[in-house]
Amino acid sequence: MIRFDAVSKQFPDGTRAVDQLTFEAPTGKITVLVGPSGCGKTTSLRMINRMIKPTGGRIWIDDQDTAEMDEAQLRRGIGYVIQHAGLFPHRTIVSNIATVPMLLGWDKRKAEVRALELLERVGLPTSYAKRYPAQLSGGQQQRVGVARALAADPPVMLMDEPFSAVDPIVREQLQDEFLRLQGDLGKTIVFVTHDIEEAIKLGDQVAVLRDGGNLAQLTDPAHLLAHPIDDFVADFVGRDRGYRSLSFQKSPRFPLALESSVPLGATPAQAVSAARDGWVLVIDADRRPLGWIEPGRITAPIRPEMLRRGGTVARAGGPLRNALDAALSSPSRRGVIVDDEGALLGTIRAYEVLAEIEERARPELDEADLERAGLQPIEETPG
Amino acid sequence: MTWLRGHFFDVLSLAGQHIYLAGVPLVLGLLIALPLGWLACRYRVLYPFLIIGTGLLYTIPSLALFIMLPLLLGTRILDPINVLIAMTIYTVALLVRTVADGLGSVPDVVNQAATAMGYKRVRRFMSVELPLAVPVISAGLRVAAVSNVSIVSVATLIGVSQLGSLFIDGFNRAFMDPILVGVVACVLLALLFDLAILGGTRLLTPWQRAGKASS
Repeated sequence: MIRFDAVSKQFPDGTRAVDQLTFEAPTGKITVLVGPSGCGKTTSLRMINRMIKPTGGRIWIDDQDTAEMDEAQLRRGIGYVIQHAGLFPHRTIVSNIATVPMLLGWDKRKAEVRALELLERVGLPTSYAKRYPAQLSGGQQQRVGVARALAADPPVMLMDEPFSAVDPIVREQLQDEFLRLQGDLGKTIVFVTHDIEEAIKLGDQVAVLRDGGNLAQLTDPAHLLAHPIDDFVADFVGRDRGYRSLSFQKSPRFPLALESSVPLGATPAQAVSAARDGWVLVIDADRRPLGWIEPGRITAPIRPEMLRRGGTVARAGGPLRNALDAALSSPSRRGVIVDDEGALLGTIRAYEVLAEIEERARPELDEADLERAGLQPIEETPG
Repeated sequence: MTWLRGHFFDVLSLAGQHIYLAGVPLVLGLLIALPLGWLACRYRVLYPFLIIGTGLLYTIPSLALFIMLPLLLGTRILDPINVLIAMTIYTVALLVRTVADGLGSVPDVVNQAATAMGYKRVRRFMSVELPLAVPVISAGLRVAAVSNVSIVSVATLIGVSQLGSLFIDGFNRAFMDPILVGVVACVLLALLFDLAILGGTRLLTPWQRAGKASS
């Protein structure tokens, strides 16, 4: 657990970067600090490992006041990942990853074995071990950056916009793998980003900071989207927050419409007889959906290039957002639902998903928000 | 070139002396320039003072320095130590800026990452900053090496023999052969130093070639 206790930072020129910041980053969870540039989020992060010294307040890691710890020791116990990875260009990948273990005085052999293990863990082949950072792409370097931070198995990780400098597709991959990794490791993570989408995707809780290092709101992502506490947070969270909040609501067992389908190579006649409302779904040998086709418009057996591939696919029991998107994006208006292996289960229409959404209660305000807003909780009346 | 055949071993021994007088100061100068350059890089206020101050040393004429040093240090005028010290001063003059700029060329994020990993200052300097500054420092070292090889020959005038002695010898006897041999030998020595530094740099910076190969 990391605890900020009325932490302030005023720079010598008088700028107040952080003002009386108090919050707690719980053990084993991801706490995201998000806000516009100049909101003091990076300054706050760097005060945790004392790269920047606070001018007021205290920062605790578990029961230890960081101000009383030896700086180098403190930092060796905290994994640190930055934008552009910041790898040592003159060291091989394996020796980059082994940095902190070597600083801690591990045996060289042991540090190397550990580094190789982590290289695989972050999804890079061990054949990269003897390469230099310049020989890797930006995304690969960032993976090495994560591996380096994890090498000595620190309980705490600080991440400063680690995925901001890579292209959107790679960023999404890195985020997904990071979440999977965190699912296994359960580190106490403080993560800084300016990207609210990233904050909502990755955070167990999200702290929105405003200019001058004030905490505007601290809550879990679903609550943040449903109940921004003021105009600043509402603006910052962005427009389509109603749609995005569906990411946090699991789909029920929808009663799916059975969908007759045809394999690749089916004749126009077969396709016509299987079609409903002028469209038929084409699947592969494992029953995985490939795309939609209008049988009335084909004259030859179905080939892959004839398929309309615009529709997304949603997993049964996944977020409502994905189910709705599958329906909205489908050329046939029928949203494709698959099982965990990706095999076709059936289809659903947008109005059916919307009906489910209408049934649902909006997430309640939590107590901290109520208190801040000066509202009273509504007493539940029985019956 | 019958002259060279007759004096080959004399030339060789002069060349050895030349290597000693130019080479040892190169190493000593580098060792002194490292902390000075670090200071200039770390404390930006000191940068102009250190760079201009050491730079001015280079403007002292070599002959004047060779003659002044015994007076200042109380050494004997013919002692080769005067030459070693003078050449060290010139090397420092050339290298402080190079070292400061080399250390300054280390990317900020790399230094920050090193600090955040838990490097203490001295270890960070030795294992992160210095290795990354090698390419820039090496470029400066090559200039200093060539400059040393050339300036050392002036030491003949204060009676310290090396390849420069061949010029005086040839001049006194109005005989071209030793002068030519001396010039060629000096050029070869300068090349030798250059190759040695290049080779050393290649050994210390395998990462530089790897980077180029991929881009």
